Amino acid sequence: MENVGMDWAAIQTVVWTLIKILALVVPLMLGVAYLTYAERKIIGWMQVRIGPNRVGFQGLLQPIADAVKLLMKEIIIPSGASRGLFILGPILAIAPALAAWAVIPFTDTLVLANINAGLLYVMAITSMGVYGVIIAGWASNSKYAFLGAMRSAAQIVSYEIAMGFALVGVLMAAQSLNLSDIVHGQAGGLHHWYIWPLFPLFIVYLISGVAETNRAPFDVAEGESEIVAGFHVEYSGMAFAVFFLAEYANMILIAALTTLMFLGGWLSPVGFLPDGIVWWLLKTGFVLFLFLWFRATFPRYRYDQIMRLGWKVFIPITLVWIVVVGGMMQTPYGYLFH
Amino acid sequence: MTYTTAIFYFFAAILVFAGLRVITARNPVHAALYLVLAFFTAAGLWMLLEAEFLAITLVLVYVGAVMVLFLFVVMMLDINLEKLREGFWDYLPLAGFVAVLLVIEMALILGSRHFGLEVMGAPAPHAADYSNTKELGRVLYTEYVYAFELAAVILLVAIVAAIALTLRRRKDSKYIDPAEQVKVRRNDRLRIVRMEAVKTQATQKPGAGEGGA
Repeated sequence: MENVGMDWAAIQTVVWTLIKILALVVPLMLGVAYLTYAERKIIGWMQVRIGPNRVGFQGLLQPIADAVKLLMKEIIIPSGASRGLFILGPILAIAPALAAWAVIPFTDTLVLANINAGLLYVMAITSMGVYGVIIAGWASNSKYAFLGAMRSAAQIVSYEIAMGFALVGVLMAAQSLNLSDIVHGQAGGLHHWYIWPLFPLFIVYLISGVAETNRAPFDVAEGESEIVAGFHVEYSGMAFAVFFLAEYANMILIAALTTLMFLGGWLSPVGFLPDGIVWWLLKTGFVLFLFLWFRATFPRYRYDQIMRLGWKVFIPITLVWIVVVGGMMQTPYGYLFH
Repeated sequence: MTYTTAIFYFFAAILVFAGLRVITARNPVHAALYLVLAFFTAAGLWMLLEAEFLAITLVLVYVGAVMVLFLFVVMMLDINLEKLREGFWDYLPLAGFVAVLLVIEMALILGSRHFGLEVMGAPAPHAADYSNTKELGRVLYTEYVYAFELAAVILLVAIVAAIALTLRRRKDSKYIDPAEQVKVRRNDRLRIVRMEAVKTQATQKPGAGEGGA
């Protein structure tokens, strides 16, 4: 009888966790849908165009229409493609993009899994996203796709190092790998946020984040003008849409991580306003706006310049700043870096 | 069988399967991908042992970086499988000998009474707030700091040596330094010359000078 009780408790936990996962993924997917809308509108305004305005009021139903269209389309598998891997590609792209969200805290209590090594977990999971791109590029059996995959692999591996070092600075300042503790380390208002003592790392992290998500101006993996659409040139319908979802989910993830680690997460910037998820949303939205702004502003980087920026500029900057942070912590001014 | 044991056997089965496929898969890219699966599953097993830092680092370093580069290389190579399998039967006796040796060594460790479960029981599980990362860091940077630093220096030497061995400047290469390129300012390339305006003859056909004026 006791065993049955145990099983019942276990089943309850599993069901409850599944409900929580759904409560996380559904808003995320909606966020992705409306991020594409925001992107088209904002870039439209920046380029003095109107943007989507036909479906629904001010084009608000455009992302829904796009999703329905993509769902109805046929998924074509090229005859020369490696069938199993061709289907595995998009799955491997979206899985890490969603799994990383498990440890992202929204407020003090609103987090799916508050684990000790949260920061490490996020880094490990996001580093797997590149497999989706590589496998898709290779399995497509197309030169454009393959070139895109190769570029993406080299780029992501290069920028991951700079990103990792930037995070080392954060965990030195917070003295914890737990994302909630990192936010708590920034309590006390705007001037306590890690963006100030770790400003070079913040810049490196933000730009590396743009590169990691293959966004313009680092979108050589897609490079419409040179290699058509890069790694997903052979994908159609929902298989293509899944890549799209993964890219935007990753964008929101990077924005959320930037918020948590450098901009104080859900903490309010001034003492007299209460903390709350509103701040989290506002800050993440601001970082996402930067992503869109970059895309509307900068022309695409040349490939060798991307590599130079990653290896010869960002990695030395982060290395130097880690030493600076470590050294300053031993001086009486160490409190500035906590 | 508890829940954890069930998970262990599930992971172990996948790991063994993936390991076998690494050496039996006909396509080298598939083999490399099975190796990725093997690493990932091994990380899951380590997680069961409460070694979360090692597990996550395994994914981060091996799955996230090393195997990506590995795949990168394997995908670019034009590997002839027939040629690769030529010496299979010649090498089989030696490989079999090594395999048997490995099994015997493992049996010696796992089966003996010095290392059995009675002597080395399962460690007591730690509380939820126990930080594996912190403990590892403490030991690594205090007790084993010299060994750690030595290993780091050896790795650095290996990196430098690897680069020195492969670095060569080809004379006919058209290499351009992007650092030099981005430093270029307008004034390095462009010279603005001040010139007196040249008056065009007023005797031109009417209407033709509209665009050029």
